[in-house]
Amino acid sequence: MTIERAAEPFLLIRNLVKEFDGVRAVNDVSVAIDKGEIFALLGSSGCGKSTLLRMLAGFETPTQGQITLAGKDIVSVPPYQRPINMMFQSYALFPHLSVWDNIAFGLRRDGLPKDEIAARVEQMLNLVQLGAYGKRKPHQLSGGQQQRVALARSLAKRPQLLLLDEPLGALDKKLRERTQMELVGIIEEVGVTCVMVTHDQDEAMSMATRIAVMSEGRILQVGPPGEIYETPNCRFVADFIGSVNLFNGSVAVDEPDHVIIDTPEGRHYVTHGITGTMGMPVAVAVRPEKIALQTEAPSLEQRANASEHGYNCVQGAITAMAYFGNETLYHVRLDSGMEIKVSRTNAARHDDAALKRDQRVYAWWDGADVVVLTS
Amino acid sequence: MNFLKNLLTLRWLTGRRVVIAVPFLWLAFAFLVPFLIVLRISFTESDMGNPFGTLMTLADGVITLKVKISNYLFIAEDELYVLTYLSSIKFAAITTALCLIIGYPFAYFMARAKPTVRPVLLMLVMLPFWTSFLLRIYAWKGILANNGIVNNFLIGIGAISEPLHLMNTQFSLIIGMVYAYLPFMILPLYANLVKMDTRFLEAAADLGATPLQAFWRITVPLSKSGIIAGSMLVFIPAIGEYVIPELLGGPETLMIGRQLWDEFFTNNDWPLASSVTVVVILLILVPMAIFNKYKAEQEARS
Repeated sequence: MTIERAAEPFLLIRNLVKEFDGVRAVNDVSVAIDKGEIFALLGSSGCGKSTLLRMLAGFETPTQGQITLAGKDIVSVPPYQRPINMMFQSYALFPHLSVWDNIAFGLRRDGLPKDEIAARVEQMLNLVQLGAYGKRKPHQLSGGQQQRVALARSLAKRPQLLLLDEPLGALDKKLRERTQMELVGIIEEVGVTCVMVTHDQDEAMSMATRIAVMSEGRILQVGPPGEIYETPNCRFVADFIGSVNLFNGSVAVDEPDHVIIDTPEGRHYVTHGITGTMGMPVAVAVRPEKIALQTEAPSLEQRANASEHGYNCVQGAITAMAYFGNETLYHVRLDSGMEIKVSRTNAARHDDAALKRDQRVYAWWDGADVVVLTS
Repeated sequence: MNFLKNLLTLRWLTGRRVVIAVPFLWLAFAFLVPFLIVLRISFTESDMGNPFGTLMTLADGVITLKVKISNYLFIAEDELYVLTYLSSIKFAAITTALCLIIGYPFAYFMARAKPTVRPVLLMLVMLPFWTSFLLRIYAWKGILANNGIVNNFLIGIGAISEPLHLMNTQFSLIIGMVYAYLPFMILPLYANLVKMDTRFLEAAADLGATPLQAFWRITVPLSKSGIIAGSMLVFIPAIGEYVIPELLGGPETLMIGRQLWDEFFTNNDWPLASSVTVVVILLILVPMAIFNKYKAEQEARS
């Protein structure tokens, strides 16, 4: 899905700061979110993502900074007057009210006419496929059903902005995968702009149009999932999203279209330029699935294919392997002593050239598949 | 035979049964047996020399069971008793309502106070229990009497010239009752409110409820079991209260506890007094049954 960038962003957060007892939970965050986006705040616990979300909902007052929604500053607007609704972590469904009354709660506060409330609640129940469950109490529903009621309740008022706090955190793994798709389907059907908070990178990657990776109260990188994964801008992001091998070294050759990095594991040829100086310490980030593993030295043909982009090869021995069914993860100890991770998809049922422990292997990759991290 | 053998080997005497049996036996001994005695007396004829009366007589080989229900008929017919019961219920209800009105905000702010402050507030609520109940009630006499603190103060500042008649009125009775029973309302309410998940209030605010709406729509319904528990703890003992009406009440504040005392010790009519007691117990059983039913429903739900 492509997002058209409007001149004025729909939700604009500028220099937002939140201090608790002098400690900055959110530290100078600025981000612009467009209409129709599903924007994920991703980070480990305590990174400030939940505080940021609570400031959007109005439960926390920023120490500094602005939040504008559709051109209006909302910082001083109390939560019950914001056109923003939130789906709470573990849902916070009112236990004494039926599913129907839970969904109608917000509509009643708006003083809508009775028949319109009824129509809207029915519409919401159908949207989340719980048409027959209106009379039940929340405790009579399964976790997945509760999650859908919570979604219906937060969408019933047709908010301009939907906030999701760990939307799938309370569900088990299998249910989570199915619910992810459903949730995105419903959000796109309604067309609401959405900001979600999650610590689960899979959830962020599969649901969001853009992700902001947060650490220690700051946003480190913002971008679409693919960009975050393939071109992380710093060690933290590279390491936090997925798994990565980092070769520490220094810049040996710095050309506009390529760089060569000297590391204890050898020279790395990388097909993109960097903003840096000769000799500065950098890290070459290589994802485990980008590395090919074989027992014989790469053939000339393989080398020729790769050398258009830059050919890099290291040697070592397999020290450990973990079989996951769809793929196998190998730990390879290089001759320099460094250990790298390499994953191989198990495309065929029987692998004649199966690798074994202690086997000596060549690990090689294409210079276009790696990123140089300067910070 | 087998049954007897099992009984004699004491195999049924498992730890769990013993643990349950001890309080049960105590309750049977200290409550059920006395109640049955009272019930028995209530059906006998008044006899000055023998307050226990006789229920059964054996004469000429005939057992005569004489169940006298005139005590109950008398209670139902005599206006004084009906009025006293109604008045007891009225004062207990007013006390409960006032305790709820005063106690709820108290418990609410206690529950919302900083966790470090809460034990102190809790302590303050329980502090009066450190002094004798009788003394505390008696102290109200000194406050409300014609030459008491309140009147002296009001006369002192020139608000009134003649002392207000506060003692031995409905006013003084209710003040004393509310004062004495307030902690019994606050404690269950506090225990309930402090457990409440504040995310429900955030969710309500998020959905457009003002703080006041959130209070009435979310906080109050969610604290229902605390309200019921507190109200029962106040209402039930308040109905039969004797000391407070005796010390602070007046001729217009009829309460069944005082009536009981009069029947037992002034009129020496034990059968009638016992009937009055049985009716009080029946009156209390009704709200108790409602409370138990509600609790059972709640437990079945969770």
